[in-house]
Amino acid sequence: MSVTRDQGIIVCRDVHKWFGDFHVLRGISLTMQKGEVVVICGPSGSGKSTFIRTINRLEEHQRGQIIVDGIELTHDLRNIEAIRREVGMVFQQFNLFPHLTVMQNITLAPVWVLKMKKSEAQEIAMQLLERVGIPEQANKYPGQLSGGQQQRVVIARALAMTPKIMLFDEPTSALDPEMIKEVLDVMKELARSGMTMIVVTHEMGFAREVADRIIFFDFGQLIEENTPEEFFHNPKHERTKLFLSQILH
Amino acid sequence: MADDLHTFHSTSNQLPPPSERIPVLRWLKQNLFSSWFNAILTIVAGALIVVLIFGLAKWALGARWEVIPANLKILLVGTYPAEQMWRVWTSLYIIAFLLGLSSGLRSGLIRRISAAAGIASIVLAILPFPWVTRGWTFGVAFAVAVGFGMGYLGKKNRWFKRLEITCWVLSFPIGLVLLNGVGGFLPVIEGRNKWGFVLNLLGAMVGIGLSFPVGVSLALGRRSKLPAIRWVCTAYIELIRGVPLISLLFMASIMLQLLLPASVRPDLVIRAMMTITAFSAAYMAENVRGGLQAIPKGQYEAAYAVGLNGALTTVLIILPQALRAVIPAIVGQFISLFKDTTLFGFIAILELLNISRSILGNLEWRGTIFELYVFIGIIFWILCYSMSYISRRVEKSLGVGER
Repeated sequence: MSVTRDQGIIVCRDVHKWFGDFHVLRGISLTMQKGEVVVICGPSGSGKSTFIRTINRLEEHQRGQIIVDGIELTHDLRNIEAIRREVGMVFQQFNLFPHLTVMQNITLAPVWVLKMKKSEAQEIAMQLLERVGIPEQANKYPGQLSGGQQQRVVIARALAMTPKIMLFDEPTSALDPEMIKEVLDVMKELARSGMTMIVVTHEMGFAREVADRIIFFDFGQLIEENTPEEFFHNPKHERTKLFLSQILH
Repeated sequence: MADDLHTFHSTSNQLPPPSERIPVLRWLKQNLFSSWFNAILTIVAGALIVVLIFGLAKWALGARWEVIPANLKILLVGTYPAEQMWRVWTSLYIIAFLLGLSSGLRSGLIRRISAAAGIASIVLAILPFPWVTRGWTFGVAFAVAVGFGMGYLGKKNRWFKRLEITCWVLSFPIGLVLLNGVGGFLPVIEGRNKWGFVLNLLGAMVGIGLSFPVGVSLALGRRSKLPAIRWVCTAYIELIRGVPLISLLFMASIMLQLLLPASVRPDLVIRAMMTITAFSAAYMAENVRGGLQAIPKGQYEAAYAVGLNGALTTVLIILPQALRAVIPAIVGQFISLFKDTTLFGFIAILELLNISRSILGNLEWRGTIFELYVFIGIIFWILCYSMSYISRRVEKSLGVGER
């Protein structure tokens, strides 16, 4: 089967995955265009995190097809590494490298994977730290930063590889309320700059403001796919209505 | 309202922490004489301690300490030929010089170490050893000082640091060649039975230097995704850990003697060093594996997500954190390896402990067993404690526990 780029930067067709006997993804199909921002929401255990983790192969899908920027994810390690270079990821638990400084966290991959010169990588890292608003923290260790600052470093670390796609796996769920805004602001800026983004989040304000599409997951299935306007005011599915009533009070 | 806020933030209502100083008498009462029973225990224990200290002092004052200086050379270097002794001293000077050089170039821990080495050699030079020995010993302090001066002056040159590292790497083979000799240049000292405490030191250095990389590889191998590698590493680790070191040493000494012809059989000392390396590596592997298991899955995922491959992830992300977490266990392993070199004595290698036994066999020094063993104990304690001190400092400077 021929794969072309103009079908979409991310193409998922009938993706299935099992954890043991548990059928966690039950046939997900999704196509995303360049520059699109998609927010995925749904109750916990619905498979939304697992789904975005299959896009950079942190989880392996067992049936179906995932094509990222024209490269199909298979067991071929070179394909996997090529896709990971183009897809940045932000985790719920930050996962900064605690033994490296903020600067080293950001420059590590450009220097070792892209073979960039160290001085050049540091220059780029400084620009990124300015962009996420914490240039003064460059020489600190992750353990010395607040949660919100750490998460912004994670975003800068991912951006240093100049990815075409950014995945956010509940980026604000582990943050204190007063720090959520500073991370969301960075993400909004990123969305406006034209980055292709998939965001798993419960921040409905963020979804309403920047998402092009909202997707509702439940029981490993894609229940509803809609524009923010329609999603909040005129949901199609009963399950979506129930979910919205629970989180929007 | 503004005033309230001001008071709230000001330091005027901030109290100092309660004093924890207790008068001596109250401390005594609280800790030693809090009840009749405790008072009796204190008195009995105090009496016992006094008796012990007096006994020890009486023995120490009457002991025949002259056995140490009289046999110092044989204890430290065995039957190393006297006219070749300069080779031992030269290798010591090389290390002392490099220590000085590094401490001149850098600061912190390395300065303390070289200062300790310098002071120790001066103290030893003051003790009543033969004059020649004292002269040579003083040379160590001199070498440290020269190295420090050169390092301090060369601090600004960047190539000096590179040179320093190269020198350290080269120092080990150079030292070995110096001690052992090369055909044609330096007369070869027969490896067997001639080393004394130098052999314990060399055994420990070779063992530590080799068992560390081997152990790390085994630990990684045991967690490999490839079943063949995993099984081989697991089998090796479990096999070695299930056998006492002494029986492995006997195997290396006697069984290899029977199995391999003399022409291909390595020297007994080499065999002993290989054995202790192989033994220690298995334990090292388990220590390192403990560290590897403590690394959260998220670290791997983050490394993969930024595009690092498996090898880079291991080398740049996982190993530095895993090794840092198990420094205490690794240094513990180094220390026990160093002490285990005394087991070489059981396969007829004349290391420190074995030599002391042969000194006791000499009529002149009969009955000096305590003096010799106390001396050996002190030597080992000083070196082992230094290792554990250095490891604690290294841990601190690497910020272990600060996640």
